Amino acid sequence: MEYSEKVMEHFTNPHNVGKLDDADGVGEVGNAKCGDIMKMYLKIENGIITDVKFNTYGCASAIATSSIATDMIKGQPISEALKLTNKAVVEALDGLPAVKIHCSVLAEQAIKAAVKDYYDKNGIEYDEAEFHFNEEHHH
Amino acid sequence: MKVYADNAATTKISKKALQAMMPCFETIYGNPSSLHSVGQDAFHAVRDARITIAECINADPDDVYFSSGGSESDNWAIKGAAHLMAKKGKKHIISSKFEHHAVLHTLNALEKEGFEITLLDVYENGIVKPEDVKNAIREDTALVTIMYANNEIGTIQPIGEIGAICREKGVLFHTDAVQAVGHIPIDVQADNIDMMSFSGHKFHGPKGIGGLYCKKGIRLPNLIEGGAQEKNRRAGTENVPAIVGMAAALKDACDNMEENTKKLIAMREQLIEGILKIDLSRINGDREHRLPGNVSACFEGVEGESLLLYLDLMGISASSGSACTSGSLDPSHVLLSIGLVHEVAHGSLRLSLCEDNTPEEMEYILEKLPPIIDRLRDMSPLWEKIQKERTK
Repeated sequence: MEYSEKVMEHFTNPHNVGKLDDADGVGEVGNAKCGDIMKMYLKIENGIITDVKFNTYGCASAIATSSIATDMIKGQPISEALKLTNKAVVEALDGLPAVKIHCSVLAEQAIKAAVKDYYDKNGIEYDEAEFHFNEEHHH
Repeated sequence: MKVYADNAATTKISKKALQAMMPCFETIYGNPSSLHSVGQDAFHAVRDARITIAECINADPDDVYFSSGGSESDNWAIKGAAHLMAKKGKKHIISSKFEHHAVLHTLNALEKEGFEITLLDVYENGIVKPEDVKNAIREDTALVTIMYANNEIGTIQPIGEIGAICREKGVLFHTDAVQAVGHIPIDVQADNIDMMSFSGHKFHGPKGIGGLYCKKGIRLPNLIEGGAQEKNRRAGTENVPAIVGMAAALKDACDNMEENTKKLIAMREQLIEGILKIDLSRINGDREHRLPGNVSACFEGVEGESLLLYLDLMGISASSGSACTSGSLDPSHVLLSIGLVHEVAHGSLRLSLCEDNTPEEMEYILEKLPPIIDRLRDMSPLWEKIQKERTK
């Protein structure tokens, strides 16, 4: 197993680490039993993600995917953030080892969970199907 | 500073081993099966190596077979003994829950062939109870295979007691001694061991070479058919340089064992003491009956692979029993076998020392480790939960 330079760069110096006390949406996915939990905090103004922070418990690729995924959605409209796929995250990291692909899935889900939380808090209607994923992810 | 603390994974080859090997590439390059003098030089080198190794484990040199390493020896001994005893209608094998995968996966394969496997508990301290072995032995038990020392948590098993029980009951006894040979005194006769696997690179010998001690009278089936090497049981031209290197390394390790052990235990305890000062940390496995150079710890709220890679950035090479490093996603079966929950087992770190390490290096590890754990905990939602639970 080998990590790309990009993964190591984001693992060594992860971007957007932390919490937002005044977050508009918070999403948490994964579980401790499986060894990874991702928690995303979004600040949203006029449909734009103006700030994003994350907290992650997990392996190097879980931290690296959190870092790059938060970079990719920062400053983007919600609609664009929801389009972020795990595949795009993997590509942005110049690939992930096969056994680590689930980390990129977690990143995609964490963003969606945070947006869903924002929608729920603000009474914004949405298509349930778009947010359909197993919060208790299984390997 | 660079600190190599992953000696249970592999070791640096010793100067003595390297020096012994070099002539095997340059002058003693013959085939040990050749009758001419060039070949005979190689034959003598292999013979002398076999004698040296036999002396280190108190065996008859005729009972020492060379193989490619620990996994091959485990496969050979366990499958061989199983098939040998199956002819007598014995198809039950006793082992433990925390064996190396070279043993556990071999047992899985035998289970598919129709063998019945009993895996004994290793309890919280990571030690098999001899009375459990005694109670598990049945009329149809073909083999007992229990590791000498565990590769992750370093716990040393009561091999002498288990050997005596097996001998008394007339059951074959194999031990995977890959982590023990060259590290603690071993006497295959006193311990009533019938078969024992070992590996050169775990005691400063070269990689790709190991051996199997197999007591006279146990007719293990041939592993590789072909020439007459290893008494027809494992054909193929001997890896002369590796065999010679392994023997030199083992002799060196055994000659200096007492001195090395003292040094290692002092460094091990230095590390353990420092690690236990870290909040919500634990040491895995019995504190006393463990390999002199093994430290196995868990830190709640952090994940082992991240910890290992941040340590690497500081020049410290360690290992994690963590799932993530192995490609499987479950935490280490060893840590689960001693009763750790998944959440804790994921945060494991193994530091395995050798006599080349220094107390200064231990200080360096203890200086670098706490801030890394703090950093990981600061970004860990699991740690946040643990903290909330504690303040309740």
